[in-house]
Amino acid sequence: MNTKQTLVVIGNGMVGQHFLTKLVESAAKDHFHIVTFCEEPRAAYDRVHLSEYFTGKSAEDLSLVSADFFAEHGIEIHLGDKAATIDRQQKQVTSAKGVVIRYDKLVLATGSYPFVPPVPGHERAQCLVYRTIEDLEAIKAAAENSKIGTVVGGGLLGLEAAKALTDLGLETHVVEFAPRLMAVQLDDGGGAMLRHKIQALGVKVHLNKNTSLIDDGEQCLHKMNFADGEVLETDLILFSAGIRPRDDIARACGLEIGPRGGIVIDNQCKTSDPHIYAIGECALWNGQIFGLVAPGYTMARTVAADLSGTEASFTGADMSTKLKLMGVDVASIGDAHARTQGAMVYTYQNGSREIYKRLVVSQDKKQLLGAVLVGEASGYSTLLQYCLNGIELPENPDALILPQRSDESVGLGPDALPASAQICSCHDVSKGQICGAIEAGCTTIGQLKSATKAASGCGGCAPLLKSVLDCELIKLGVEVSTDICEHFPHTRQDLYNLIMVEQIKTFDDLLDKHGRGLGCEVCKQAVGSILASYWNDYILEKPHIGLQDTNDTYLANMQKDGTYSVVPRVTGGEITPDGLIALGQVAKKYGLYTKITGGQRVDLFGARVEQLPLIWNELIEAGFESGHAYGKSLRTVKSCVGSTWCRFGIDDSVGLAIELENRYKGLRAPHKIKFAVSGCTRECAEAQGKDIGVIATENGWNLYVCGNGGMKPRHADLFATNLDKATLIKYIDRVLIFYVRTAARLQRTSVWMENMEGGLDYLKAVILEDRLGLADELEQQMQHVIDTYQCEWKTTLQDEQKLKRFRHFVNSDQADDNVVFVEERGQVRPANVEERKHFKLIEEAA
Amino acid sequence: MSKWIDVCHIDDLQPDSGVCALVEGRQIAIFYLPRLNAVYAIGNFDPFSEANVLSRGMVGDLGGQLMLASPMYKQHFNLQTGICFEDAAISVPAYPARIDNDRVAIRMSE
Ligand code: SRM
Ligand SMILES: Cc1cc2nc3c(=O)[nH]c(=O)nc-3n(C[C@H](O)[C@H](O)[C@H](O)COP(=O)(O)OP(=O)(O)OC[C@H]3O[C@@H](n4cnc5c(N)ncnc54)[C@H](O)[C@@H]3O)c2cc1C
Ligand code: SF4
Ligand code: FES
Repeated sequence: MNTKQTLVVIGNGMVGQHFLTKLVESAAKDHFHIVTFCEEPRAAYDRVHLSEYFTGKSAEDLSLVSADFFAEHGIEIHLGDKAATIDRQQKQVTSAKGVVIRYDKLVLATGSYPFVPPVPGHERAQCLVYRTIEDLEAIKAAAENSKIGTVVGGGLLGLEAAKALTDLGLETHVVEFAPRLMAVQLDDGGGAMLRHKIQALGVKVHLNKNTSLIDDGEQCLHKMNFADGEVLETDLILFSAGIRPRDDIARACGLEIGPRGGIVIDNQCKTSDPHIYAIGECALWNGQIFGLVAPGYTMARTVAADLSGTEASFTGADMSTKLKLMGVDVASIGDAHARTQGAMVYTYQNGSREIYKRLVVSQDKKQLLGAVLVGEASGYSTLLQYCLNGIELPENPDALILPQRSDESVGLGPDALPASAQICSCHDVSKGQICGAIEAGCTTIGQLKSATKAASGCGGCAPLLKSVLDCELIKLGVEVSTDICEHFPHTRQDLYNLIMVEQIKTFDDLLDKHGRGLGCEVCKQAVGSILASYWNDYILEKPHIGLQDTNDTYLANMQKDGTYSVVPRVTGGEITPDGLIALGQVAKKYGLYTKITGGQRVDLFGARVEQLPLIWNELIEAGFESGHAYGKSLRTVKSCVGSTWCRFGIDDSVGLAIELENRYKGLRAPHKIKFAVSGCTRECAEAQGKDIGVIATENGWNLYVCGNGGMKPRHADLFATNLDKATLIKYIDRVLIFYVRTAARLQRTSVWMENMEGGLDYLKAVILEDRLGLADELEQQMQHVIDTYQCEWKTTLQDEQKLKRFRHFVNSDQADDNVVFVEERGQVRPANVEERKHFKLIEEAA
Repeated sequence: MSKWIDVCHIDDLQPDSGVCALVEGRQIAIFYLPRLNAVYAIGNFDPFSEANVLSRGMVGDLGGQLMLASPMYKQHFNLQTGICFEDAAISVPAYPARIDNDRVAIRMSE
């Protein structure tokens, strides 16, 4: 007998009990002495049918264990005793009541607990949860002196709890954080239909509600205060805001836990310790928690088999569900949200009969991937079969949800880029995935971002994403809107013309005359840029403040930790030793990280908002000015050393670069503009990779336009040859203002040129031959910009009112304590997450 | 219980833009929308970049909801609920805010 090993099972819930039942039926039965800890005062019961406790079932009715089960199988059960700690070295479990059991194998079946959002007031009386028989008893007692009950959480369980509250005779409210009910299982359309039907049954549904505080009510016991300022009075609150795995004892003994909780298991349900298994709702498999009982049962069977030496594995589970919620049929099968790559969607909605159905099929329309049914779920089993067994769909899959067959099908044309082309490198999203999301219904960049994550990292791929979207939508026959955003039914170019023709000077004026709503970061920045190009006012004038992105607002570049970098202008890359020393002194004084940029100047990083004016002041005193590294404006004019020193140099590239940079500095444009000037054809300044490139020849300057480095390099086009300086400048004036007037938002000159009808020839006709008769006007407009140039740092320093903005807090002189630096290679850099935690601990200890 | 806490004068605000206030140890971004003659307050911490920068984002509306675009990676947050437009599972705290006699006040729970 003492050759038997000891098996300890922690938790005697639905899955723990299923495991015991399977184990005693298996060959392993004789090898183990079994001990189980059961925290609850009674052995396992049917939680799935818990609500029936309200409709007359007793605790005995719900029990899953026959009276003599434990005795019959010699299982030692510790009722009402909780396993408190696991010592993996000694391989023993100690309970809350002090029982110590040594184990050979350990199974964790601790389930989950209801998540209660940490809203202030959540611990008040009659704020309850819905998980155990004791919870239900408490609800019943509270309901007796209540009129109104509110469920926080509009998921599956929340709605079941709401049903229970209505059955108890309460006026019932459901408060949901997300914009729809059953956000996990249903799509927007299904959620909306369900809401409609549930409200018709008298339950009041409140979506998009973030409870910020629960305090005393006037008519009721509680008042729930929502973040949007609204309130709801209620006598009883039931939290049903999701479940969290009970992984605390596993965590405490050092087992591997998922980043968002859950005991990590492999296909044999083994945790990171080979002697310990985890099953049911506490287990995390492949990054997933399974909040349903069936997958838990499969895990239980897997472990029972593994312990008897039979091969078995848990490889995920189908999470399809069909239920009647308050009399409403609701079903969700497989990939209801069309997250599968390339998934396509069919939707059927019958408003008068209140039916909503959605089919998600594979790209080739052969496989059913998922479905959502609300109002009528008769097709559930058939659809589930199609889905689980991979049965090939009929030619028109929509026939499965339509009352009548329709012949419409969605066609797709050939693609320019291959489907495998990576569009977003941050999130590794291919063009195929993006097209899939577009087919699944995404029609805006915002939707694509949420669906695929593309462009939600560094954002650098956004323009490319947009062009894929437009191209795909055209293919799908959808009319592509060229409107800048929802606030103006116009393109940037239209807006430019409106501002010019009507002499509009502020965003508010433009919005009143031609827009709607309040505006957004897209139209505000675009209009801010147009106003700045056209009128060249100081960009922080009151009416313009809200139009600037943070870089422009603070006249510096925001870094990842919320500090800024400062880039003084170093025209043409030429700098005196004293200038260099001054930069070094300022950097040293303010503890800034310094780096030589790819634009031939020096960048000073890590300045806090409140330090910016101090730093500018010192830089200005040393003869520097703003380098506009923050603006969609002229950046740098790079130069090579040129004829002054270089033995091959033909002309003075540095001199010209300085002259050009001084001429165009401060010019705001649809995107940034870069120049370079090389002293000979060896092209050391890389002028042919710039928006404007100039190369010296024996007979004058050659002008190149519309080059680009960056994401999609483009060689500049040779535009005019052998120019004298005056002509060169005249042409550049014209090209730049023509670009400012006609380009789309955030379009570099390279893309502008490529999208221009007539291309290079047309541009030559406009600029060199003055085809449009605009040449004088373009030159005059440039002259206005040049005449009204100001160093924005200097202007800001002269204005007390403006300087107010340069402090972290409006009501305190403290600095942001989240900004922490560490040293690397002799300079500072932002601390990473781990390092920050470490500092916080030290601080707290001090 | 909750109470209104006086934060600053209305002149300390930036029209159609934000400032950050330190209220009971919390960093709160306050936005002033003169067109609506209203102020809105949400947490200043951007959950995506993990930096205290939301007060430096741009405001406006999207689909009829008031929003703030994070200056870092441009996610949008509902100014009234704090919920992120791109991912409803993520939100920042939102606080009731008001202008009273040219003073700006925030309501906070104790
Ligand atoms: C500092 C610098 C890197 C460096 O340490 O060398 C730099 C840094 C940034 N670059 Fe750059 N780029 C820098 C030279 C370049 C160059 C090289 C050059 O100018 O000769 C290029 C390729 C040339 C070109 O633009 O055609 C370059 C192509 C980009 C691009 C891609 C542009 C494109 O059309 O594809 C972006 C993204 C964008 O603008 O949308 C970008 C964006 C950025 C931003 C603004 C990203 C951001 O929003 O924070 C970086 C912020 C700078 C800061 O915080 O100070 N940077 N960037 C260089 C600053 C030059 C300067 O003195 O002003
Ligand atoms: C109201 C309601 C309705 C539901 N409806 C459905 C449905 O329709 N379909 C469906 O598939 N699923 C449904 N579920 C979910 C289902 O009940 C769970 O998936 C299932 O109970 C999970 O089993 P489990 O053993 O993992 O966890 P549980 O059943 O929760 O059991 C875990 C047990 O472990 C105990 N325990 C925890 N820690 C310790 C410890 N340290 N020591 C000792 N004991 C401990 C707990 O007290 C608990 O008794 C519903 C759940 C609820 C609450
Ligand atoms: S481009 Fe010509 S002049 Fe300039 S450094 Fe190179 S070789 Fe010398
Ligand atoms: S490349 Fe797509 S977000 Fe960075």
